[in-house]
This record gives sequence, structure tokens and C-alpha cells, in this order.
Amino acid sequence: MKILYFSWLREKVGVPNEEKDIKATTVIGLIEELVQLEERYAMAFSDLKSVRVAVDQKLVQDLKTSIENAREVAFFPPMTGG
Amino acid sequence: MSSYGINHCEIFVSVQGHDFNLQFEIESIKNERKNFGGLVSFLGQVRNDRDTEKELLFLELEHYPDMTEREIISICQEAKDRWELGAIRVIHRVGKLVPGDNIVLALVAASHRNEAFKASEFIMDFLKSRVPIWKKEHFEDNSSWVKSKQSDEELLSRW
Repeated sequence: MKILYFSWLREKVGVPNEEKDIKATTVIGLIEELVQLEERYAMAFSDLKSVRVAVDQKLVQDLKTSIENAREVAFFPPMTGG
Repeated sequence: MSSYGINHCEIFVSVQGHDFNLQFEIESIKNERKNFGGLVSFLGQVRNDRDTEKELLFLELEHYPDMTEREIISICQEAKDRWELGAIRVIHRVGKLVPGDNIVLALVAASHRNEAFKASEFIMDFLKSRVPIWKKEHFEDNSSWVKSKQSDEELLSRW
């Protein structure tokens, strides 16, 4: 699965995107799996209230959203466009 | 860059690094749609008054390339479904921008001004907090990501 990070999440994780074999089947499961891997993920995901998620480029509100069959999951802070 | 003619409302969206020209974009709508009654334009530019003690050197706009344009199109389609509109044209710049540079342009043409005003406010409200773009401010000796405003999020509930 392709995992993408933007803004300060990208800076904390240290890469803009990566391919990973993931066992988790939900967004929250994926976050927990990443946090177990290395300290930098734990830092990036320390405050989930300020993390937004897109699964296959669609914004999702619920962290229990399924990621089975998803091609990519993106993590980023609240958006500041306009 | 995408253009869709749906229900006679022409939607044009571009996410780009280079600048745009307001007059050229207005003319583009006038050439496509001869019979609209009014056109509302919103032009956003980089300002330098966020922190009076520090001078903003430049703004860096990061985005999610595959998703940004699609999200803007879906906001425009929602606007087109809510109001009777003739044309919508949205251009959002990304990359490095200095104070005074154009950031965003939203043009909405409609038969009547009320629809055009409402739709352009709707589009700008959603551009602020539903399109995957993030701004980083660079000063002389540090830089920081712009925080999203609760007031921007609350504005969405009026729609």
C-alpha cells in the first residue's frame, strides 16, 4: 500500500510517501501499526485530533473506515487553502 | 487543468505554479457565455500582516497533486447544483509565493447577482478547509505551518 504524508506530518515522518506491506484493515489500525514501527511515527500521530485522512484520495471522517483494497492512504493536518 | 460543461454551467479548474491574469480569465468566461447577468470575482493574494514583528519572506503552498484539482471540481459541482450558474472558473496557485503574489481566483457568472455572490462565498469557504493545500510561512530566521482556523471550519455549517 502507498502511504502519503503532507505538511508537518511529512516532516515528522521524514518521507513524502512510502510503500508498505500492511496487515491492518482500517485507518486506525494502520496508524497503530505505523506507531509500533518507529518513534518518528509515534511523534507524527501523537495528536490524532489534528490528523486528517484520505483513502484513495477521498476524505474520510471516521478512523474506523476500511482500507481493505485501498491503493493509497494519505495523512495530513487540517487544510489551509484559499 | 480541467473543463466540464455540465447542465450548461461551464466549470474550469486549474491548480498551477504560474500566475494568472484576472482580465484574461474574465474574458474567457465572456467568450464562452454571452448571456450571463453578473460575474463575481474573488482574488486572494499573499499578505504580510500576520505578525507585525516579523516580515514574511515567502509562502510555500504544498498540495496533494492528484486530489487537489478533483476536490475543487467537486466543490464547483456542488455549487452548480445549489444555484443556477452560467460558469465557474477557479485557479489555485501552489509552490513558492511572495507577499503581493496572487494565490487564488474564483470567478462565478450567473443570470442574477444573488446566485453569483452566494456561490462564490460557498466556493471560497470550502476551498479554505476542504481542499488538500497547506501553507508554510517562511520568515528571516524560522518557518511555520499556518494553522487552520476554527472560524473557517465553522463557516461551513452555514451551507
